[in-house]
Order: sequence, then C-alpha cells, then structure tokens
Amino acid sequence: MSALTVKDFATDQEVRWCPGCGDYSILKAVQKTLADLDADPAKTVFVSGIGCSSRLPYYVNTYGFHTIHGRAPAIATGVKLANPELDVWVVTGDGDGLSIGGNHLLHALRRNVNLNILLFNNEIYGLTKGQYSPTSRVGTTSPSSPSGSIDAPVHPGVFALGAGASFFARAVDVDQKGLPGIMADAKHHQGAALVEILQNCIVYNKDVFDDVVAKKTAAETQIHVVHGERLRYGKDGNKGLRLNPQTLRLEGVVIGENGVTEADILVHDETNPNLAQMLLHLEAPLPTAMGVIHRVSRPSFETSYWAHKPTGRRKKVQDLLQRGNLVDRR
Amino acid sequence: MSGSQIPEKTSYVVRFAGDSGDGVQLQGHQFTVASAEGGHDLATLPDFPAEIRAPAGTRYGVSAFQIQFGGDLITTPGDEPDVLIALNPAALVVNLPQLRDGATIFVDADAFTTQRLKRADLTSNPLEDGSLNRFNVVPVSISSLTTEAVKPFGLGSKDSLRCKNLWGLGLMMWLFDQPREPTIAWIKAKFAADESVRDANLAALNAGHAYGETVELTYQIHQHPTPAAKMESREYRTLTGAEALALGLVAAGELADTELMFCSYPITPASSLLHQLTGLEDAGVATFQAEDEIAAVCAAIGASYTGKLGVTSSSGPGIALKTEAIGLAVATELPLLIVNSQRAGPSTGMPTKTEQSDLYQAVYGRNGDTPLPVVAARSPADCFDTAIEAVRIALRHMTPVILLTDGYIANASELWPIPELADYDSIANWKPLPEASGHVFDRDPETHARIWATPGHPGFVHRIGGIEKDIRSGNISYDAANHQAMTDLRREKVLSVADYLPDQELELGSLGGVAVVAWGSTWGSVYQAVQRCIRDGLQVAHIHLRHINPLPANLGALLSQFDSILVPELNDGQLATLLRDKLLVAVEEFNQVSGQPFGVSELEERIRHLAPRQIREVSQ
Repeated sequence: MSALTVKDFATDQEVRWCPGCGDYSILKAVQKTLADLDADPAKTVFVSGIGCSSRLPYYVNTYGFHTIHGRAPAIATGVKLANPELDVWVVTGDGDGLSIGGNHLLHALRRNVNLNILLFNNEIYGLTKGQYSPTSRVGTTSPSSPSGSIDAPVHPGVFALGAGASFFARAVDVDQKGLPGIMADAKHHQGAALVEILQNCIVYNKDVFDDVVAKKTAAETQIHVVHGERLRYGKDGNKGLRLNPQTLRLEGVVIGENGVTEADILVHDETNPNLAQMLLHLEAPLPTAMGVIHRVSRPSFETSYWAHKPTGRRKKVQDLLQRGNLVDRR
Repeated sequence: MSGSQIPEKTSYVVRFAGDSGDGVQLQGHQFTVASAEGGHDLATLPDFPAEIRAPAGTRYGVSAFQIQFGGDLITTPGDEPDVLIALNPAALVVNLPQLRDGATIFVDADAFTTQRLKRADLTSNPLEDGSLNRFNVVPVSISSLTTEAVKPFGLGSKDSLRCKNLWGLGLMMWLFDQPREPTIAWIKAKFAADESVRDANLAALNAGHAYGETVELTYQIHQHPTPAAKMESREYRTLTGAEALALGLVAAGELADTELMFCSYPITPASSLLHQLTGLEDAGVATFQAEDEIAAVCAAIGASYTGKLGVTSSSGPGIALKTEAIGLAVATELPLLIVNSQRAGPSTGMPTKTEQSDLYQAVYGRNGDTPLPVVAARSPADCFDTAIEAVRIALRHMTPVILLTDGYIANASELWPIPELADYDSIANWKPLPEASGHVFDRDPETHARIWATPGHPGFVHRIGGIEKDIRSGNISYDAANHQAMTDLRREKVLSVADYLPDQELELGSLGGVAVVAWGSTWGSVYQAVQRCIRDGLQVAHIHLRHINPLPANLGALLSQFDSILVPELNDGQLATLLRDKLLVAVEEFNQVSGQPFGVSELEERIRHLAPRQIREVSQ
C-alpha cells in the first residue's frame, strides 16, 4: 500500500487550464502514478518548457522547473547528469518538443538520458491562440493558416525511433485506466522514455483525435499493444494484425474469416524496431497503436557517463597548479 | 642584402611563420619553454588561420607565433619582431608589414621556387628583386639541410621535411643561446615509440643549432644571449589563458567545496577551455559537450538547479544563442558562470582574431531588465583569479555572472608565479543545512541571495520558473507592484556586488593628468605604453578594470581627479559608452578593430597626442 495519495501531489496553486482541457486528466494521472509508486516528492523533479502543457510542474507537489521554450530536455539532461539519483520528468507539447525544441528532444533520446518525457500532442499551438503546429495535419485551418496548412506533420513516434529512442509509448489523455500504467512504465525505464499523449485542446482543436479516441468507436480505432501478446483489437476482440509478406505491411484480419486463425495474428515484440515502425505507420481503417510500442534496454547516458568519469574531488587543485612547464627560480 | 645587425638589447621579439601544417606553433611553444627555463620573462601570441590545413604555400594558410622574451618586465608579445623566421614565401610576405627596418629575416631559401612563389601570389622572387633591401635577410637552405641531417634515420622525403620546424627552432635557440634540454626531453617523450622519428627530430634540432656557426661566419650574425629577468624568487610555470581559466574554475570549486559541471559546444576560440577541463575531471569538474549552445547553457542551469555549479563557455555568436537561457537563470536566481572568449564580429566575423566587442552584449544584451555581474580577465594568468572572483560573485549573490576573456588571452601564454591556494579566502554559498526547512526565496538582506535549496532536500520542495514570481512565495505573479519590486530587487542585487569589491587602484602613475582606463586583454599594451610616457615625464596613469558591471564604487570619484580620460579598446567604443552611462564622465575613445592586439607604440603615440590637448581644454 502506498503511503501517499493523489492529494499529496497537488499544490496550493489554482490550475489555470481551460475548463474541459485534456491536461486536467493528464495531471490527475501524473499525481496518481506518483502516489501509486510511492514517489519521494523531494527526489522527483518536473522540468517543462513553454506552452499549456508546460504549466504542469506548478501543479505537482514535487520539485519543479518551468523553463524556456523547447529547452526542457536540455535542462533536464543537466539535472539528471548532475544528480542521477533524481527521478526526472519532462513535460512538453508538440510545439515545444517537436518544433522549437526538436533538436533537444532528438539528442535526449539518442543519448538515452534517463528521463520520463510526457509529450502532450494536441496538434495545435494553444497558449499562443491556435496556430497550426508541427503535428497538425495538412489542411489544418488556423489563424496562421487560414487556407489550410500545407506542411506535412512530424510523427512523434517515427521521430523518436529515428532518434534511436529506447522507449516509445502512446496514450490518450482521458484514459485514466491506461495512462498511469504507461507513465509507470516510463518511470521504470532506464533511459529516455517518450510518451505521446493524445491531448484534446477543446478551444483550438476540439476533438481532433475523435477518429481515434471517440468512445463509441475506440474498440475499432485503437489497438492496445502488450509485449508478448497477440496484436488483437475490435469490439469482439476477434480482429488482429497480420504481416503481409508480399507488401511488408501489417494488414487487419478477422479471426475465423478467410481461414484466419489466432496463430496468424502477430505477437507484439516491443524490442523489434521494424514492428514498431509498422505499428506507427498504421492508417485508418486500421487502428492506431496505443501502449508501449517500442522498448529496448541499453545503458542510460548518465550511467555510462559516471561509469567512465571520476566522481567527486580526488585531486588537490594545488597539485594541479604545480604541473606543466615548471620553472623553479628559487 | 644590406641592413643592420640585430641590436644588443635585454629583450627580443621573435616571430616564427610557416604553413599551417609546418608545426610553427610547436616551434613557438618549445622556444617559449626554453626561454622560461633560461630565466626570462615572456609573453607569446599564436596567430593562426581559421582553416586547419589551408592549401600549402598560400598567404591565407600562414600560421605564425610571436614571442617577446628577455630580462625586462614583459607584458606583451611585442609590436615589431627583431627576428622573423619564415619557412616559405607566403610566410615571408604576410609578415613583412610588421617588421621594422633593419629587422633580421631567416628564410628557407629552398622554398623560393617559381611554383611556390606563384602559390604566394608573387610575380618575382623577393630574395632577388630588391624588395627586402630594408631588412637583414639570411637565406638558409633549411629544407635541404634538414633532409641531409636526418638522412641516417631512413625517413621518407616527406617525413624528413617535417623535421624542418625543429631545425629552424635549433637555429633560433643558437641565436639567443636558449637551452635545448627541455625540447630534447620533449622529443624523447613524444616519439618514444618511434626511434627513427625521435632520432631524426633530435638530429634536426641539433643540426639547426650547429648551423649557427655558419651564420656567424657568413653573415656576421652573433649570438644574443639575453639576461635573466629580475623576478621574485619562487616557482613559476608558463600557461595559456585557457589553462589558467580551467585551473581557476577547479580552484574556485575547491574553495567553494562545490562540484562544477562545465557544459559547452565547440566554438573557436573557446573550445580550448573544454579541452583543458576535460583533463581536470578528477578535480571536481564534470564536462558535457552539448548538442548546441542553447543546450549547453541549459544543461549548466540544470546542474546549478541541482546544487553543482553550472559553467558554460562560448564566443560571441554562441553567447547570443544562450541569451534567453541566461535570462532564465537571472529570473530563477541560480548561480551560473558564462565565459565568453570574445572574437572579431559581427556574425561569424573572424573566429581566430581577437576583439573586445561583446561588452555591450554582456552588460546589456538580454530581453527585459535583466542585469548581471560582468568581470573581465586582463591576461592569460589573470584568468585564474578572475575565474575565482566570478564564481565567488555567482555564489555570494545567487546570480549568473559573465566572464569576458578573448581569443588573444585564451591562446597567448605568459610566466605565472604559482600561487598558494591556501592564501585564498574560501567561497561561501547559500545551501541550507540538511535538516532545515523553509522558503527558497527568503533572502540575505545584504547580498539579496536566495536560499540555494536543491532537489533531494525534503525541507524545501518548490517550483521555480521564468514567469515572474511573487517576491516572497515564488509562485507565479502578474501583479504590477510585485513586478516593480522584483525589477528593483534584480537591480539592487547586482549593484550590491560593488559593496564587496576592493577600491579601484592605479596600475601605474598618480592622480592628475590623463587617466588611461582600459579593461581585458589590452592590459599588457596599455601598461607598457603608460610606463613609457611616465618615464618621459608625462602625467599619465593606467587604470585597469576587472569589474565591468557593477563598476567599483570609487571609480567615479577616482576619475574625477584626472584632467582627462582616455579609453583604449579593441572595439568601437563600448567601455567608453558604459563609463559615460554609469558615471557621466567625458571620455576620449581610442578604438582599434583590426582583429589584432594593440601595438604599444600606437597607444603611446595616442597618449602623447592627447595629454596636452586635453589639459588645455580642461583649463578653459
């Protein structure tokens, strides 16, 4: 049993998101995760950039650092490197993490700094009043793209895999059942864990993910992947994903139809980057993959760093001064 | 080939020049070590191109190294070389403008082929066309003599020629009667694994030295042993600004009992500091090469947030990128050290050339009212004390501090009396005791420092950020009166640094007449120029500022006791602006923006020119 509750992780600050914002449920999931895992508030740090999502640290009763636009992964890298004992979370959004801060996210992932990175993806710039973002779909109309955006969106998962991420998961903001578990997985992962959270900006991009998250159709439009289990989905649980060896793509099949048996359905292997790529590239009418899509074990940056460097002060500086080209004129 | 001989003096200036792949910097460095061993005072200046190995023989590929050494107090690498040794035609022609009439030039005569003259954009051979008549030219077949000397060791022709820098070095060591032992020991250690290369280099060095007798007979050039400098009897070492800065940082860490985290991104001429500190990791500094300048300062801020002292370093263009994050450190009141090794700007400018043009950037260059302390190093060795002072301010007031140095200081070297760290005051910080609890924005009334409580401490769990904060709780606040109070606080905090500074003193001279007020790497040139003027009976004083922001509290009163003020700078008048701004004083500018340090004679001329005119104006 955990000694701390959700309430222990709330601060006295008034939460200033729009009523109905998906961020509320993410905040709740964060607080629940910390309580469930009995996290030590003094040894937990939330680092954020700029944007609606990045206000989150003010509302979590741990150490928190609300920094500058896009730079949270860089500051968090410094925090984790300087004190590897801290549990360091990064809170960012699609604009903060993939546009202005794309470079830092790339390097945090490739270095595999042991950070838990929550990327709130709402496909829009909220805090600056609704401009299209780097994850906005082509044709998104916004104050800065009145005739529809023309640039192709960046895909957070594909970006992460390209950067060499050792952990990528996807979840939905309001999924209070699944989200804390995925956050816990991210926390336990020894390396950079990127969690993309589909977040509903009810003011500027309302229900943009409805094609995936709408309750009525969710069973058909989402597939919750679990390592070692078959890739099944559907209201009746009788649908699944199978590899078509001719096209090298995943295809949706129904168990019991056209001679398809359960054995034909692929088993999720979160360590297989090729399967992760295919899962990330699923397009309607195939479901969108949720859960831990990719997870491999490799040494985290700060572990490797301190394994190769001396810690603390082993040499007296006075001895260092008396090195080099010495000239004794005594 | 007329011209006078090398004059008898107590100090000399020698310039080594060749292709950027010729090992000229090594020549200079070894000569420096020998000179230090020989008891001289010295100052050096490497002058190399931005290109790593520019096409051989071109003018823009010339690398040079200048040293002034001897029995006098040496504060600059010298204005005009007495001796130039040039390993090819390009190295000769690009360095001619700096030579005085009658200077002695050694050239590798083998390098003056039609093809290589063309490579240096020469239509005729300067050794034959009379263009060098003003100088005392000594053509020596350095290439063939080197090849001959190393023949017994079986190297290929290319490898044989690579020994010519040591041959030339040997000749220069003969000329000034410098000890070869340190170089011999260095060669033996460096090439321990390859006997033939080791022996060839030793042979080249000795052959160049032995050739001195030929020079003596043929050209009537005699040895010029220089007297030892009168220096305090103690232990010294030669070191560059980058080395001194690195040592100063780890020394500050030890004095503060705080580990450092140095985060940077490669940039000329600041990278040498990263290299130096990487070698000092067992002295309590961790180094991190970030993905860009912004990440570097951000990681340093992250380190400071956890209780190590974050340090970042760059040159002007990189500092520009760090600007927003520096503002975050001001807003969150975290200690941080930002080192700027200035170079010629704007934009990319001239990366390997020195300048002092980032003073505005350091003092004023942030969005919002965002003051921070700025200090400047004046010489390579002074980087040690300046680094300690910068860290002391950062920790005493909980503020980022900018330390200005420059490309000249970073690469130049001088002789440094090794200090006793025990003589320095320890550096206090505002970390709470483990059992304490309370509020991080409780402040010390004198320094305005907040408590440096860091993650891991159960008594101070808190949130900070770049949004304006309530002056007491630290929570987000858009309150009008609070923002005014926070702005006042940030100003007062930086101003309070001056309460802890010693009075500004004169380097040279006395009150009245002309005050020459300078900062940074111009120290050596200004010191010499002012000294010459004083010896000539002029009423001139030298004031050199380490503290740029805030200025020492007594500076205004001090300057009011002079008739006129001259501010020489390697920029377009930035300290001059600051002095007018802060002290409402009238100052004369003397600006040089050529990518080169001041020449002592130019400064001297300017001071002489100014003194009578200014005194007349004042008497009106």
